[in-house]
Amino acid sequence: MSRAAEPTVDLAAAEAQGLTQEEFENLCHILGRDPNHTELGIASALWSEHCSYKSSKAYLREFPTQGAHVLQGPGENAGVVELGHGWVAVFKMESHNHPSYIEPYQGAATGVGGILRDIFTMGARPIALMNALRFGSIDAPRMRHLVDGVVRGIGDYGNCMGVPTIGGETDFHPSFNGNILVNAFALGVARRDSILRARASGPGNPILYVGSRTGRDGIHGATMASESFDADSEEKLPTVQVGDPFTEKILLEACLQALKSGAVVALQDMGAAGLTSSSFEMASRGRTGLVLNLDKVPRREPGLTPWEIMLSESQERMVLVAQRGKEDVLRHVFERWGLEVETIGEVTATGRAVIRDQGKVVADLPIRPLTDGAPVYRRPALEPAGLAERQTKAKVPDPGDPAKALTKMLDTPELGSKSWIWQQYDHTVRTNTVRGPGGDAAVVALKGTPLGIAMTCDVNPVYCYLDPRTGAMQAVAEAVRNLACVGAEPLGVSDCLNFGNPENPEVSWQFRESVRGISEACRALDVPVISGNVSFYNETEGESIHPTPAISMAGVLPDLTNLPATGFVEAKDQVILLGVDHGEHGGSAYMRLLHGVEQGLPPAVDLAAEGSLAALLRYLAFDGALRSAHDVSTGGLGVALAEACFEHGLGADLKLPVDPVGFFSETQARAVISVTPKAVDGVLAEAERRGVPALVVGAVGGDSLKLNLDGTKSKIQVAELHSVWSTALPRALEL
Amino acid sequence: MKCGVVVFPGSNCDHDVYHVLKHLLNVETVFLWHDDADLKGSDLVVLPGGFSYGDYLRAGAMAGLSPIVDEVRRHAEAGGLVLGICNGFQILLEMGLLPGAMRRNLGQRFLCRDVHLEVVRDDLAFTSQYSVGQILRMPVAHAEGNYFDTPKNLDALEKNRQVVFRYCDPGGGPDDPNGSERGIAGICNRDGNVFGLMPHPERCSEELLGNVDGLALFSSVMKSAAAAMEVEA
Amino acid sequence: MKARVTIYPRPEVLDPQGKAVHQALTRVGFDGVNSVRVGKSFDIELKTRSQPLAMKQLEAMCDKLLANRVMEVYEIEILGKAGK
Repeated sequence: MSRAAEPTVDLAAAEAQGLTQEEFENLCHILGRDPNHTELGIASALWSEHCSYKSSKAYLREFPTQGAHVLQGPGENAGVVELGHGWVAVFKMESHNHPSYIEPYQGAATGVGGILRDIFTMGARPIALMNALRFGSIDAPRMRHLVDGVVRGIGDYGNCMGVPTIGGETDFHPSFNGNILVNAFALGVARRDSILRARASGPGNPILYVGSRTGRDGIHGATMASESFDADSEEKLPTVQVGDPFTEKILLEACLQALKSGAVVALQDMGAAGLTSSSFEMASRGRTGLVLNLDKVPRREPGLTPWEIMLSESQERMVLVAQRGKEDVLRHVFERWGLEVETIGEVTATGRAVIRDQGKVVADLPIRPLTDGAPVYRRPALEPAGLAERQTKAKVPDPGDPAKALTKMLDTPELGSKSWIWQQYDHTVRTNTVRGPGGDAAVVALKGTPLGIAMTCDVNPVYCYLDPRTGAMQAVAEAVRNLACVGAEPLGVSDCLNFGNPENPEVSWQFRESVRGISEACRALDVPVISGNVSFYNETEGESIHPTPAISMAGVLPDLTNLPATGFVEAKDQVILLGVDHGEHGGSAYMRLLHGVEQGLPPAVDLAAEGSLAALLRYLAFDGALRSAHDVSTGGLGVALAEACFEHGLGADLKLPVDPVGFFSETQARAVISVTPKAVDGVLAEAERRGVPALVVGAVGGDSLKLNLDGTKSKIQVAELHSVWSTALPRALEL
Repeated sequence: MKCGVVVFPGSNCDHDVYHVLKHLLNVETVFLWHDDADLKGSDLVVLPGGFSYGDYLRAGAMAGLSPIVDEVRRHAEAGGLVLGICNGFQILLEMGLLPGAMRRNLGQRFLCRDVHLEVVRDDLAFTSQYSVGQILRMPVAHAEGNYFDTPKNLDALEKNRQVVFRYCDPGGGPDDPNGSERGIAGICNRDGNVFGLMPHPERCSEELLGNVDGLALFSSVMKSAAAAMEVEA
Repeated sequence: MKARVTIYPRPEVLDPQGKAVHQALTRVGFDGVNSVRVGKSFDIELKTRSQPLAMKQLEAMCDKLLANRVMEVYEIEILGKAGK
């Protein structure tokens, strides 16, 4: 079959593939000649924002990435932290925003598939999934369709894989009308000595291709994720990547089995920019070179060009480096699972990637000059126009009857129960789920040890919009607090930084400020960043999303015997409020949802106070003193108390040190706990010793939430509140 | 007593059942590979939950063609115990070892939550540790658990006392989370040695998980096996 | 007017279901199969008796609801007049 003439390579062609003039000239300089069409495709994928982190790398260096528990920080497929008893946790969060907006079901499904591969390529078995979803207003065009598709996509993929989806968060805000966010998190566990790093080493070792065949799926997906949406986006659609969770499930089992054989040197999944990025990354980390024979790559359709094969983003594919002479051991394992295996090349010592097709060299590129020589930009940053106005304190109207206002707030998709979503996710498979979705942090047991692993993901994009640095700090602080509510010590953060177009100086400023906020909070609270992902260009027709630096955090519990509940457990237990209110309503749910105002400074973050509160909660949990613990966050004390009542349908009679406005204030570093009457004195003494303000505000009991707010009395049946809260989301979705 | 847990490509509750049998009940338990026509001398064969072959055609349809399936059938016909949980139940239906078929859930969505079950039979090898009328709490996790058969066949099923578990509300009143005909959650064959159910007893067999209602199902099997051995002896 | 609308994954899109069915067919001995694509079909009865109008309506239905145009293609077949 004769092939059409190669397209010419010039500046226009380079620009069409996403390179700037300067980048193109730099590429020609590195090569000492003009690249050919295939080489240009490879280089522009490697230098895309998505693969190279060119606009973020300089800032991400500010993150603290070291710690006593850290075995592997950023730079591998996922980070690794020590759990104890010889076990490690491997985790990462990643975005799949652009594909999910175009085709929500497949976009979200393949997002889950991708993050799971990142975990098992490290030699760990995935044991938990979470996801952080941001949708636009529920009434925005296509939004119900997007919600439905994303939720089904996540569910169908994770459910089939048999990995429980045990937590996450879902929010609705008009800033996401044109760019929804789908951030998927996965955590796996492995024995400490079985962690594998994706480094191609040992010249002469064969490179194997395993899994699904290659088609034209998602070609230049990495470039798409590096551009904003505009009116022509529909025209530029690459072939949609279709997820095949069944193939991924057998790929997972086969890979873990293959790793046990000791014949695998390195394993890497083909994610964004497919074979290009996987092979270059492995060789770059291993400081080696490689030869690939594209004729050997299994294909789904005829007529694929080298350019297409190198850039295809077909799912459920892996490359692995085998020990020379042991290919047959691996081949046997994969074939037993019914997977296709091909030897497609070998590791060399040349430091170059030589790609052959039909007997000819179609690309010959130096590896490290391209991976390490990727451009790095410190884009101009500028405080957004109108920031001062945005941060001006707004007048906070009196809510009237606090119980009525609370009911109204809970009757929104934002604050209503998300059970409609998480009941579509298998959250009990693997029989480790000790705390499933709906609480502050999810907890899984680690079989064969007394340990528990807790995880959460948090961020409030409205806070970040009003003040990105404080908002980012708040996300870290809230994650630490959520883990502390189940008694878990935080081990590490994986961040997923979702922003608009970094070439816009205001977005660049938001990004820089957010990274600094995360760094500051992580340093103060002693939680290193061990992995993460950046998603830029979340912008439609020039409108950026609210900055959304999502923080996922995992922690460890020394044992699970005294695990506190989220909500009230038994009548007569005493309710104690930890922390004090400062009347903060900038970006509060009360102001946004009931009054349509998104203005003021977000709640201040006092990292020292957060640290003391978290330490106190962990101490009390370990000590067995805590019956329940729930942090105060979005919606303030009002929403926190309502949620505490819902778990067992128990009411409470409470005299709170806040007025009806303060009932909804979102001051940080607070939690509502319940303890047995006998434990009260000890808890108060411990709080005082640690400098955490603590106040007994009443007792659990009855079937109503009875409130006395600085003299204003109000009462509501828990069942009534619960019925509004539990049906708010399906009603908003018009199901 | 020896238990075998069949592993189809796409099974994902295989380890969960294995854990209960092997680690919680200390029974000799092995995995049985779908491609090997060998039950390795198992007295109880468990078809676990999951998505065998991705459930891409119909849930359980392609697993029903695996080489091991003929052995499972022979085992069942000889009176051996076969337990199908969730996808395993669907496979038993596709194999014809149990009557009826599964439709998509009435809500058209995957459903993962706790349900309540009324025990209808307590005289089976699988249920001797329960008592008729007892209300159990168990998790379900499936998209196709909406049990269907013709009214005539359903009448026969009831007449032959093949309904083992029925969905109910916490108080025992009628409830039907997925639209199943007559609230059917689990059925057995006429001889009572083949049992399929949609809920997951293996997911509620440990204190740590806050619910042990499922453990009695497995311990029932152990008890009846022990009794059978005594008789033989 | 009666019509049958058949919807398939676009040829270049991976069809995991078709792939799995193909493998299952091979496993039970049908080794003469080259490929399988799994689609779905809708039998639709329309009020109109005009074929061009029916085609127009059906195309609109496919574009708007029945097919996911990002990844599926459709074929429309007019089966004849309703009520016969």
